[in-house]
Amino acid sequence: MSPLAAIFVRDLRLAIRVGGGGGIGVLFFLIVVVLMPFAIGPDLALLARIGPAILWLGALLASLLTLDRLFAADHEDGSLDLILMGGTPLELTVAVKALAHWLTTGLPLVIVVPLLGLFMNLDGRASAAVALTLLAGTPALTFIGVIGASLSVALRRGGLLLAVLVLPLTVPVLIFGVSASNAAIIGPLPFGTPFTILCALSLVSLVIGIFAAAAALRHGME
Amino acid sequence: MRLEGSGLACIRGGREVFAGLDFSVGGGEALLITGRNGVGKSTLLRVIAGLVRLTGGELTLSGGDGENTVTEQSHYLGHLDALKPSLTVGENLRFWAQYLGGAKPAAEGIDAALTAVGLGTLADLPAAYLSAGQRRRLSIARLLAVKRPIWLLDEPTAALDREAQDSLVDLMRRHLASGGIIAAATHGPIGLDGARELRLGADA
Repeated sequence: MSPLAAIFVRDLRLAIRVGGGGGIGVLFFLIVVVLMPFAIGPDLALLARIGPAILWLGALLASLLTLDRLFAADHEDGSLDLILMGGTPLELTVAVKALAHWLTTGLPLVIVVPLLGLFMNLDGRASAAVALTLLAGTPALTFIGVIGASLSVALRRGGLLLAVLVLPLTVPVLIFGVSASNAAIIGPLPFGTPFTILCALSLVSLVIGIFAAAAALRHGME
Repeated sequence: MRLEGSGLACIRGGREVFAGLDFSVGGGEALLITGRNGVGKSTLLRVIAGLVRLTGGELTLSGGDGENTVTEQSHYLGHLDALKPSLTVGENLRFWAQYLGGAKPAAEGIDAALTAVGLGTLADLPAAYLSAGQRRRLSIARLLAVKRPIWLLDEPTAALDREAQDSLVDLMRRHLASGGIIAAATHGPIGLDGARELRLGADA
C-alpha cells in the first residue's frame, strides 16, 4: 500500500498548492451556473425546472477542466517514466491518481451544489437530490475522463482532444443523473431506478476506466 | 549478478535505431555507452529500463533478485528530473523514496541522501527555486535513497559543476564497490577507471 499512499498524498498536495488547479473546477462551475439566470431570464418556474440539468452540465464540464493535466504533467517532467518503473501495478496507480483527482475536483463540486441551487431557484430538498446524484455520478465522469487523459498524454493541446473524446461517453451518466434528480424533485418516476443505474455506471467506469487508461499509458510510452 | 543483452534490436517511428547489439556487464562493472548524437544511446538505456519495447533480441539478468524484473531493479536517471516545483526538496525525494522503495523511508536515509549530494540544508525549499544543477543533484539523491542494483544514467554529468561531477563519480565508485551495475550514456570521459566502453554506430 505504501507506494500508492505516497502517490495519493503527493497528488493531493500538488492539487492544493499554488498552480495545482484544485479550485479551478469549482470556480468554473460557479461562473457557468451564475451566468445561466442572466441568459435565461428571471422566470423562477423555468429556472427550477431546468436547474438540475444546468447543474449537471456545469459539473460535467468543470470536472473535465483540469483532467488533461492528470498524466500530461507527469509525462512532461519525466515522472511518468519512474511511475512506470515503480513495480506497482499501473492500474492501481491510475485508480489512486483518479481518486485523488476526484477528491480535489469532483467532491468540491458536490459540496457547493446547495449554494448554487439558490441561483437556480431550487429548494433545499431539490438541491440535496442534485447533490446526491452528483456524488454518485461524478466518479463516473472522472473514471471515464482518465481514459481520455491517458490517450492524450503526449499531446500539447491534449485538453481539447480530451473533451471531444470523453464528452460523448458521458452521455449516459448525464441522462441518468438528471433523470434521477428530476425523479426526486418532480416525480412521478421512482427515484431509485435511475439512481441505481447511475451508481452502476460509476462502478462500471471505475473498472473499465482504470484498465483502459493503464493500457493506453503503456502503449503511449513507445 | 550479470546483465546481458544479445542481438538487441529496436525500431522507433519506423526507423531502425540499432540492431544486433550485444553487451554484457557484471556486478561491480560500469558500461559507458558512447557514440554520436542520435545513435541510440538514450534508447538503449530506456530499453534496459523497460520503457521502450525491444523489437528483437533478449535482455537477461542473472544472479539478481528473481522476484523482480530488470525494470524493478533499475534506477533510471534521464534528461528530465521528475521533480514537482511546488513540492519542497524533501517532499520530492521522500515521495520517490516511498514510491520506488515500497516502504515509508527513514528520515535519516533521506537526510543522508540529501547531504551526500550537497542539498542537506535546502530540504524545506520548494523545488521551483533550485538551479538546473541543483535539480540534477536532487535526482541523483533518488539513487541513494532507494537501493536498486542497476543504475541507468543518461548523461549524468550534464548541468553539474566540477565539484558535483567529482562527487557523482565518487558515488558511482561506491555503488560499483558494493557490487552494483552502472550503464551510463556519455560523451566525455567520466573518470571511472576500468569501465568498459560500448561504442554505438562505430561499425555501421
